[in-house]
Amino acid sequence: MNVVTLNKIGKTYHLDAVSVPALVDINLEIRPNCFTVISGPSGSGKTTLLNLIGCVDQADSGEITVAGQAVQKLSDDALSDFRARHLGFIFQNFNLLPVLTVAENVEYPLLLSRTPAAERRRRVAALLEAVGIADKARNLPGQLSGGQRQRVAIARALAPAPKLVLADEPTANLDSHTGAAIIALMRAMQREHHVSFVFSSHDPKVMAEADDAVLIRDGQIEDIVRGALPEAAQ
Amino acid sequence: MRTLSLALRNLLRNRRRSLTTLLAMVIGAVTVLVFGGYARNITYGLQTGFVVRGGHLQIQRKDYFLYGTGNPAAYGIADYKHVIDVVSHDPVLAPMINVVTPMISLGGIAGNFAAGVSRTIIGSGVVVEDRNRMREWNDYQFPTNLQPSPLSGTAEDAVVIGNGVARVLELCEPLKVENCPKHKKLEAAEGAAAPADITALAALEARPATPQTEARIELLAANVHGAPNVASLHVVKAERQGFKEFDDMFIGMHLAQAQRLLYGNETPQATAVVLQLKHTSQIPAAKARLAELLAGALKAEPLEVQDFEALNPFYGQAVGMLNAIFGFMAVLIGAIVLFTVGNTMSMAVVERTAEIGTLRAMGLRRSGIRRLFMSEAMVLGVIGAATGVLVALLIAWVVNHSGLTWLPPGQADPVPLTVRVWGETRMIVGTSIGLALVAVISAWWPARRAARMLIVDALRHV
Repeated sequence: MNVVTLNKIGKTYHLDAVSVPALVDINLEIRPNCFTVISGPSGSGKTTLLNLIGCVDQADSGEITVAGQAVQKLSDDALSDFRARHLGFIFQNFNLLPVLTVAENVEYPLLLSRTPAAERRRRVAALLEAVGIADKARNLPGQLSGGQRQRVAIARALAPAPKLVLADEPTANLDSHTGAAIIALMRAMQREHHVSFVFSSHDPKVMAEADDAVLIRDGQIEDIVRGALPEAAQ
Repeated sequence: MRTLSLALRNLLRNRRRSLTTLLAMVIGAVTVLVFGGYARNITYGLQTGFVVRGGHLQIQRKDYFLYGTGNPAAYGIADYKHVIDVVSHDPVLAPMINVVTPMISLGGIAGNFAAGVSRTIIGSGVVVEDRNRMREWNDYQFPTNLQPSPLSGTAEDAVVIGNGVARVLELCEPLKVENCPKHKKLEAAEGAAAPADITALAALEARPATPQTEARIELLAANVHGAPNVASLHVVKAERQGFKEFDDMFIGMHLAQAQRLLYGNETPQATAVVLQLKHTSQIPAAKARLAELLAGALKAEPLEVQDFEALNPFYGQAVGMLNAIFGFMAVLIGAIVLFTVGNTMSMAVVERTAEIGTLRAMGLRRSGIRRLFMSEAMVLGVIGAATGVLVALLIAWVVNHSGLTWLPPGQADPVPLTVRVWGETRMIVGTSIGLALVAVISAWWPARRAARMLIVDALRHV
């Protein structure tokens, strides 16, 4: 079963008297356990599409199903709970909580999903080890480099064992070497945790790593390039 | 890592701003507590003064309170000894009572025949031993310099008068009254000259002008039948009274002397039976029991009970005024804290907009965001209140040990300036809870605004 299904999705922004269509009649299926990239020029609607898939924004029309759940009829609290259980987010600016240590940042989503303390500790330790920053567990985000922060963000996104991780331009604020390392790490994590990753990016390195690529322009899907279905998804 | 821990860490992010906000709250708490402690001290001081002089409760003949000052003798309690006996042996009242004693209030004219001067007075007749025990009442632990009544151990004709009475009656010299300059006597009004035989008789009766070594006065009062009665009295001391009006009229004497003036050879009465309780808080229980006794064992005479607040309206007025000032001050400080914390929280919301979006995206509910900011305000409020209490206690201690004195209303002598914060649990807890509550309320609007942000807008915020 697809992890995300978008059916005739439309989204228009209203700026005073001007209406700007951001997405028009979008139909898209995102396959499970795939590395999917949404690509397109600036203003094409990548971030809007990602926001709708991530249940942090509402479509004006159409139907969205994420992880088998039709999300448009859910209340705000139900959507919050849904995001806490099934979705992970990686942001361009990392968006770590500056007052929490690395370990606490990774633990935070587990608190939201009410994971028992022992299980939280176990998962945090394993994830920090997996992303290679176990030695920084007690550091604050301000004491880390950009690449290290993004590793923390990846660990945090994977902490609640989500079905889907969404990443908005995750390498945009990193140098090319670090960006490549982060892409490699995400790819490894995606395979290891059997989770779907959806990116918005126009970084060729990210696109090269993708299983599926969705090309979007002027709010409409221009092309979908699907690779071979990964073994884990078959 | 719970909400409170997160709140505390968030407050430490901008330490200077948090400290400034905290400082405003501490100053607010200190102002409220120190003024409250000072006001409380005045209240207790006034109460102690009134209770020492007139007890907590007085049993009087019905309507004496309204009409008795016009003719005290007519409103006497005939069988006051029985009243005292019943009250002091009552199993409910006895454990509460410190002193039960009779007293007489009277009015009259006091004159110094030798100096040819007189003035109207109001006086009271008391049992001196009982009064000395009443003077020991100090439920609020004021620093005291306890002196027994000047009437202690004196003959029945001894009296104490106010300094003002001593001045008017020209008794300053024998009584060593200060601030008593010699004054020029007013000339007699002009009029027709007295007949020669009257003038000659007056000259024969006139005493030689000899200096007074003993202070004696004559007191004229109307007895129970309205006839004049005169007593020659020995003034043992002039004492300053708290209010000038009272100082100019006061005379205190032994109960037996007052009874002889008002009732002559008839059965002596008392105008009131004074009850001093061990604690002021016992007044309602004592009043309730007295009401039962007045309807039962003491129903032979029409009696009623007045408490010290009714007998001394100034007390209620002073307490009311202090409460009003305290309330006004508390509201003002509450408003300042409200706006200060509200401003701090609003700035925090703006600065942390992207963070709010992140938390919401990760699955924190709107209520969680609200709780987060309100917790920060509550932590601020609690720390501010706790620090404020500590600082107020410190200031109170310094003031109480500074040796400063002041003259409270109704007091004759200066008393140590004290601020009563320590031990005032209700005031401390009330102020602390109030401050924390105001802080939480002030965060409500910014927290609501934060919770209602659209996630995508918040995430876009730079």
